[in-house]
Amino acid sequence: MQHFLTTESLSKDQLTNILDTAESFTNVDGGTVKKIPLLRGKTIVNLFFEASTRTRTTFELAAKRLSADVLNINISSSATVKGESLLDTLRNLEAMHVDMFIIRHQDSGAAEFLSRHISPHISVINAGDGRHAHPTQAMLDMYTIRKMKGSFDNLKVAIVGDLLHSRVARSQIHALKTLGAKEIRIIAPRTLLPARIESLGVKVFHKMEAGLKDVDVIVMLRLQKERMQGALLPSEHEYFNLFGLTQERVALADNDVIVMHPGPINRGVEISSEVADGPQSVILQQVSYSIAVRMAIMSMLAGHQP
Amino acid sequence: MNINVDELISSLTSQTQELINTLGTDQPLMIGIHTGGIWIAERLHSALNLEKPMGILDISFYRDDFSRLGLNPQVKPSKIPLDITDEHIILVDDVLHTGRTVRAALNELFDYGRPASVHLAVLVDRGGRELPVAAQVAGKTIDLPPHQHVKLSGPKPLKLEVITTS
Repeated sequence: MQHFLTTESLSKDQLTNILDTAESFTNVDGGTVKKIPLLRGKTIVNLFFEASTRTRTTFELAAKRLSADVLNINISSSATVKGESLLDTLRNLEAMHVDMFIIRHQDSGAAEFLSRHISPHISVINAGDGRHAHPTQAMLDMYTIRKMKGSFDNLKVAIVGDLLHSRVARSQIHALKTLGAKEIRIIAPRTLLPARIESLGVKVFHKMEAGLKDVDVIVMLRLQKERMQGALLPSEHEYFNLFGLTQERVALADNDVIVMHPGPINRGVEISSEVADGPQSVILQQVSYSIAVRMAIMSMLAGHQP
Repeated sequence: MNINVDELISSLTSQTQELINTLGTDQPLMIGIHTGGIWIAERLHSALNLEKPMGILDISFYRDDFSRLGLNPQVKPSKIPLDITDEHIILVDDVLHTGRTVRAALNELFDYGRPASVHLAVLVDRGGRELPVAAQVAGKTIDLPPHQHVKLSGPKPLKLEVITTS
């Protein structure tokens, strides 16, 4: 792999390889040796055109654990606000002999655009582009699911909420399908569903009570108010009444269900505090695992692995 | 060419015992290098009745050919059972060739602490060094040309062969 842009084009072997490699970094993360010299001398740039806490900081931590030098470029305080184009920003950073770009951008396809215009020795990791993809988040979710459930065979997974704006959900669906999950369900109001989502091979539900029955994994999505234009929802309160995850609704799922959320969570909007902080929630484990998964992806790109 | 592993291990065991007698401690810390070194270290550890638990090093993260060869996805975590500071360490590997594995192992080891001393015991020293590294004890020393390799397979039974590559 030269770039990591989406989970869509990757084979089962490639995805499994990422999860296995992440496994070997988990001990580095939790064990005595905190830092390894794998990417010493490499320069990695975090190029974030959109707000992010978890993704940017865990990428930074992961790069530092691998001994790379990390540059964080905050676009709101950079020359972009003075009118510099994405490509010009890129050319200037390239001139500083950067080895890897981690990019988040509000436009779908931005990471791919970058990868096509960059010098051949530089790797690009997509840290979220518009509504398109967020593949490293999907991989850390897959890692969390495998860690908690052992394997993907026989798993029923429900993805709940704002599918329309969710790049995370799209990347998750592709990864879950490739890794062989038994059933992928989507639970959302009609206004928050992209057209023809069934073509991705998912079952669509419009009622929580029906969709959550017997599932092994519940993935909650954040209501992306900042991306909403027009009246997609009557009110947050009504959304919570119909699609919020409460303890009563969790009880409809399998006894050993795990509850995931890519964060940031909106308490009382898509998930109740009781569930978010409850025993089934693995939301904070997702954050911890994200460092190992991002270390794995970065080192696999730097090592030019298939 | 097949080599009798058990004979080499018994020779290695008595030589390692002699080495320990010179260390000023009768309880060194034995650390095997993944994978073949661990098999040899396990045999030595039990033959010498060492009390301290054995350590395991996987040096994949410390290799110097990472940017050419990439990462082995089956990296096993290193396990160092106790604080190595001021310990006398006997590092064990199956085959000593270029010395680069030992270099990587020393680098990783020193991320854990400052040992009192580190000695190297290998089953076979086949020559061909690219770094100033030497084994204090070796079960067998042979001089092989670059296109021949010594390969240990195991763990049960341990088998040592010389393979010729083109």
